[in-house]
Amino acid sequence: MSTDFAPLSVLIVDDEAPARDRLRDLLGDIADTQPTRIAGMAASGVEALAVLEREPVDLVLTDIRMPAMDGIELARHLGRLPQSPAVIFTTAYDEYAVRAFELAAVDYLLKPVRAARLAEAIAKARRLRPPADEILRQMAPAIRSHFSICERGRILLVPVAEVLYLKAEQKYVVARSAEREYLLDESLVQLEDEFPERFLRIHRNCLIARHAVKGVARATTGEDGEAHWVVMLDGVPEQLPVSRRQWPAVKEALGV
Amino acid sequence: MIIKQNPHLAGAAEAARALPDFRNLGVVLRILLLVNGLAVVAVLLRNADVSLLSDELLDMAMRVEFPLILAVALLFLLQPWLARCAAVVGWLAVAGVVAGGAVFSHGLLASADGGLARVVGWALAAALCVLVYFRRHVAAHEPALAEARLLALTARIRPHFLFNSLNGVLGVLRANPRRAEEALEELADLFRALMQDNRELIPLADELALCERYLSLESLRLGERLQVAWQRDAAADTALVPPFLLQPLVENAVFHGIEPGVGPGTVSITIARRGPVVHIEIANPLPDPTSQQPGNRMALDNIRERLMLFYDLEATLDTQQEPDAYRVRIVLPFRAAAPRPRP
Repeated sequence: MSTDFAPLSVLIVDDEAPARDRLRDLLGDIADTQPTRIAGMAASGVEALAVLEREPVDLVLTDIRMPAMDGIELARHLGRLPQSPAVIFTTAYDEYAVRAFELAAVDYLLKPVRAARLAEAIAKARRLRPPADEILRQMAPAIRSHFSICERGRILLVPVAEVLYLKAEQKYVVARSAEREYLLDESLVQLEDEFPERFLRIHRNCLIARHAVKGVARATTGEDGEAHWVVMLDGVPEQLPVSRRQWPAVKEALGV
Repeated sequence: MIIKQNPHLAGAAEAARALPDFRNLGVVLRILLLVNGLAVVAVLLRNADVSLLSDELLDMAMRVEFPLILAVALLFLLQPWLARCAAVVGWLAVAGVVAGGAVFSHGLLASADGGLARVVGWALAAALCVLVYFRRHVAAHEPALAEARLLALTARIRPHFLFNSLNGVLGVLRANPRRAEEALEELADLFRALMQDNRELIPLADELALCERYLSLESLRLGERLQVAWQRDAAADTALVPPFLLQPLVENAVFHGIEPGVGPGTVSITIARRGPVVHIEIANPLPDPTSQQPGNRMALDNIRERLMLFYDLEATLDTQQEPDAYRVRIVLPFRAAAPRPRP
């Protein structure tokens, strides 16, 4: 059965060089029964997505705890690709994650990884897809560092720290940074839940980044000609209206 | 990972050593408070006329303070000898010192009331009260000491460190077998120290050597990302410290200061002896200032507790969080290790 398969292209993601080398060596050892081709090695989720931009892969082997972007967040972004690769997590020791994996039936390998176990996981890999976003959300108590948008089959990353406000518009949420707007395929309610520290709801359809608030003012916007409170943000000229319902909460949160 | 603790119970020798350490600030403070408290109680019990109370208190203070301070000073001087001698001899020596102090000050102040025998009797009674208090104090802390040791064992070295290190060794084994050998030796040393009977204080130099091994193992995994700036003071090398005083702090520094960062970061370890005290500072950068350090609190509490048990009030541990750095500072009294016979 060995040569019936075309070699699976694999991306190895780990912030520790010896751990990457070890997986590469093991993939070489089991090449007879599980032929693979190493498409690249990356030290973080961000690097991994950069590699994937150049070349799509069949399988991503990723560590969980990494700087810049961890493995679980990487898997969430991968899930947005139209041809998303299979994901297998590797972890040294993390009771919490392991329990979550068991519950969600997500495949994982414990480091140090054994060749036989790796071969087994790869044999199943063709059937594996990244776990559902919902499962990953529950598994990772940490919040995301980036939003991702799938554009023309590629993943575009937007650092959460650069987003000044989020506005719901019909099917999408518009994320505005100082430079441009992005369309996120997410719901405003979920975003508010995920980033309560960072974003503040000022209107049924709008969350603002707390750190970007320049000030508040009374202004007459809209058709009714009535004066509303508006929030001004650093980096964008728009004045964002605060709804009457949200005003007391906004006032308290901003200390005005 | 199961680590068996040495089955010998927490130091029968320690319990038998009934005398407190008369050079410990906490002990001296407690003696002064206790004796003065006893004196005040005695005055209150004897006092018949409230209007005379303040005079009587003043009078008592005059008679008590001088012999008390004299006896404490003598015991301070005798401490090295007292620590070595048998319990009975120690108690007799303390009685002698106290009685001597009382006799001397009685002669000096030529106090009008009561004979010499009475003054000496009161002094000895006070000394007995103090010694019994310390004995009970030690007994009460005995379970806490044992527990602190157990805590020390369980809180030390995150389990993921073992697996990550083994994975690191496996990763370099084919490309660089020598480095792999070195790493396994370091791992063996670390676990030997971990499984040792950790009751005794150890020289600071030994603890620092342990930290060096630990950092060398971590640099295998983290490579250039882990930079270490050592500033050592040879004059502090012989200072006695509880085992695993610094290693958990260095481990925290790597876990919170280096691992979350993409680029290189520096853990700095600074040791300085200033006269009778040793200053230790461990600092790490904070690549992700928003991240909480839950494990950190536990290690710090654990070390603070052990410092308290070993040094009472004389050691302090402070932490300082700056926008881009985190510092832990320890100040402890310098107590030199006796020259060690080689095993």
